[in-house]
Amino acid sequence: MAQDARRQGILKARGLTKAFGGPPVLREVDFELFPGEVHAVVGENGAGKSTLLKLLTGVHEPDAGEIAIDGAPVAIPSPAAAQALGIAHIFQEPTLFPDLSVAENIFVGRLPVGERFPVVRWRAMRQEARALLDSIGARLSPEALVGTLSVAEQQLVEIAAALSQKARYVLMDEPTASLTPREVERLFRIIRDLKDRGAGIVFVNHRLEEVFAIADRVTVLRDGGKVGTWTVGEVSRDEVIRAMVGRELARWAKQEMDAERRRGGPAGEVLLEVENLGARGRFAGVSLHVRRGEIVALAGLVGAGRSEVAQAIFGIERFHTGTIRFKGKPVAFRSPREALAAGIAYLPEDRQHQGLILPFPVSGNITLSILGEISRSGWLLRRKEQAMAKEQVERLGVRTPGISTPVQHLSGGNQQKVLVGKLLVTRPEVLILDEPTRGVDVGAKAEIHRLIVELARQGIGVLMISSDLSEVLALADRVLVMRDGRLAGELDRAQATEEAVMRLAVGGAASA
Amino acid sequence: MPEARPGSSVARARDLGLGIALAALVVFSSLTAPQFATAGNLQRIMLDISLLLMVAAGQTMVMLTRNIDLSVGSILGLSGIIVGFYLKDNPETGVLAILSAGVVIGLVLGLVNGVLVAWGRVPAVIATLGTLTVYRGLVFILSGGQQVNPQDIPRHLVAVARPGVLGVPLMVLLAVAVTAAAGLFLRYGRTGRAMYAVGSNPAAARLRGIDADRVILIAYLVTGALSGLAGVLYAARFATVNPASAGTGFELQVIAATVIGGTSVLGGRGGIGGTALGALFLGTVANALAVAGVSGFWQRAVEGFIIVVAVVLDAAVRRAALTGGRGRDV
Repeated sequence: MAQDARRQGILKARGLTKAFGGPPVLREVDFELFPGEVHAVVGENGAGKSTLLKLLTGVHEPDAGEIAIDGAPVAIPSPAAAQALGIAHIFQEPTLFPDLSVAENIFVGRLPVGERFPVVRWRAMRQEARALLDSIGARLSPEALVGTLSVAEQQLVEIAAALSQKARYVLMDEPTASLTPREVERLFRIIRDLKDRGAGIVFVNHRLEEVFAIADRVTVLRDGGKVGTWTVGEVSRDEVIRAMVGRELARWAKQEMDAERRRGGPAGEVLLEVENLGARGRFAGVSLHVRRGEIVALAGLVGAGRSEVAQAIFGIERFHTGTIRFKGKPVAFRSPREALAAGIAYLPEDRQHQGLILPFPVSGNITLSILGEISRSGWLLRRKEQAMAKEQVERLGVRTPGISTPVQHLSGGNQQKVLVGKLLVTRPEVLILDEPTRGVDVGAKAEIHRLIVELARQGIGVLMISSDLSEVLALADRVLVMRDGRLAGELDRAQATEEAVMRLAVGGAASA
Repeated sequence: MPEARPGSSVARARDLGLGIALAALVVFSSLTAPQFATAGNLQRIMLDISLLLMVAAGQTMVMLTRNIDLSVGSILGLSGIIVGFYLKDNPETGVLAILSAGVVIGLVLGLVNGVLVAWGRVPAVIATLGTLTVYRGLVFILSGGQQVNPQDIPRHLVAVARPGVLGVPLMVLLAVAVTAAAGLFLRYGRTGRAMYAVGSNPAAARLRGIDADRVILIAYLVTGALSGLAGVLYAARFATVNPASAGTGFELQVIAATVIGGTSVLGGRGGIGGTALGALFLGTVANALAVAGVSGFWQRAVEGFIIVVAVVLDAAVRRAALTGGRGRDV
């Protein structure tokens, strides 16, 4: 299928195998990247996508298999070796230096120095950085400290860094995971531009819409093996999903969830009532309520103030105006601890930093916020802890080798379930979920959706913040849309369509 | 999206604050004690902080890589004792040879630290706490508990700490030169910049092709060499090397100067300019207290107090800077 023009510079891997002590996480995988193509790699978490990328960029060395460029075998024992071959890796987590400037972040490891004296040429570096940033339409000052940038801006810095290496191959690991739709559009423009310049791009992603929007070919990995590679025009989304999960995926389309939701019966009394809540400079005039057994979605673009509202309710952030009533009584939690004690739990968006202690075992994470309950005169009752953790692991279907496994070894979806378990042991009546399925693969996503519905059926009132429209539409009884720190409107389940929500989120003029 | 975000404004504000505090101290002391603002006293301050300045320059590098070297005081002592006893029998040794010997001894001791931390993966605090004790032990073993006496230190070495060219002691010039060189290295050297990168995000530094182990090793070698050099200069300055007191507790002063100067114990942030100011500030405070007739015990307490204030202020400024940058929409 390769056209003649594309023959030059084909990156080809054969039989790549890698194990980290246990069973191989990558088995006999062949992979091929043409110059000027966008090659998507998809698969559930744990399918081996990131490992494949890391073998191609020298982060790890394969146990078996070989990599060749234009048929000539190459060794990639280190990231530096990959760079020398023109292979750049944009990692899932930004690999930047918060204390250093944008310019230095772009060139780090290869700072430009003078020819006669090995002295860093700051001015030239800033100019080059400026040019690179301009070429991808990033309006960032080369002198800004990276630690002060948003995640999206940091990603632009990473891309500029890849460009600065004159990379022929750019390998992106879930680049859109934390971007807003507008930022994704901008990233796609950059990717198309790179492609036009002849670069080969690997695009690892969970969101199939995006894969189908940008990729030329798609390779599906499952359980460390390659299922196949298809040209995007010749394969349907459903086929790809089937290849990914290897089983008929229960589709979480709206109709199916409708049936699920109906079985839950009508919502009960009002649990949480927020009136005219405001915090200077962040949001204002927000009123909402959540009933027992109800799922209320808070939709809107990133930056609309949704998380801030949730954090104000939960006692993390201050609010200046308005009232919050919980089960009829006015409350103003000064700390998450108070909110938890009252019966409100919050699942933060950034689970790695705010929610889980990664080196801790599953059991320790689950029981972390109820240590008082599982201890006697200051000493932990191991058995009680284990029992409690086991109960949650079974209830939520967490896939883990055991409850003593450190959480960092679990996949994203299972980490999320552990986090939910940690919330459930506090027996909350209202659950606030902030982006519950961000960065989670398709299969785990469906499971988490079923879980949320099940929790609502058990009588918990759920307030869910989500940027994933299909998720909002599938789960929510009511959809509240925020825009620029204010409620833009409310839609009930029947009214809520993608268009209706989007229109409220971006405002009257749909151009935004 | 804001176009320019003044990156190092926090660092600048802190340097400025330290500068103002220093100026206020100088003005106050000059007004209250006439003997403070004299050329002789200024020279004394500079002589007093020369060793501190040098070693703190190295410590700054180590701390930028998110590590620490607690053994600097012991290296100083060991180098002073070895060279001092050698000079007892070989008083004719030239100054250059003496200084080089100090550097070489320091390099070897720094190499041990670097290997332990970079390749041995021993946490820096533990590794250098260990070598602090081992090196101090060697000081006693090699000296047999005897000190090097003034008559054993050759005159031409003592001259290094006495007024020389234009009335400035060679030792002061050396300290200033070392500090300047370290500053340039950290600003314009690839390895110097790599020290910042390694401390700011060690994992990312490796992924971006930086040999972090090598960078950390170099930081320890530099610190060791400068501490070793400081050891022979100590002999020159005090004409005595006592195994129990030479360099004992010195590491705390060095770390204090570095931290007051704004270098983060978490790595990646800070620099030589701040460290030099920090050393100057500490030296001036000690001097002002001495001139004012305050006891040496109080001096130590005041020193500790200043460190705590500096760190608290730093944290406060940083928090303010962070919250100032929040709440903006992308």
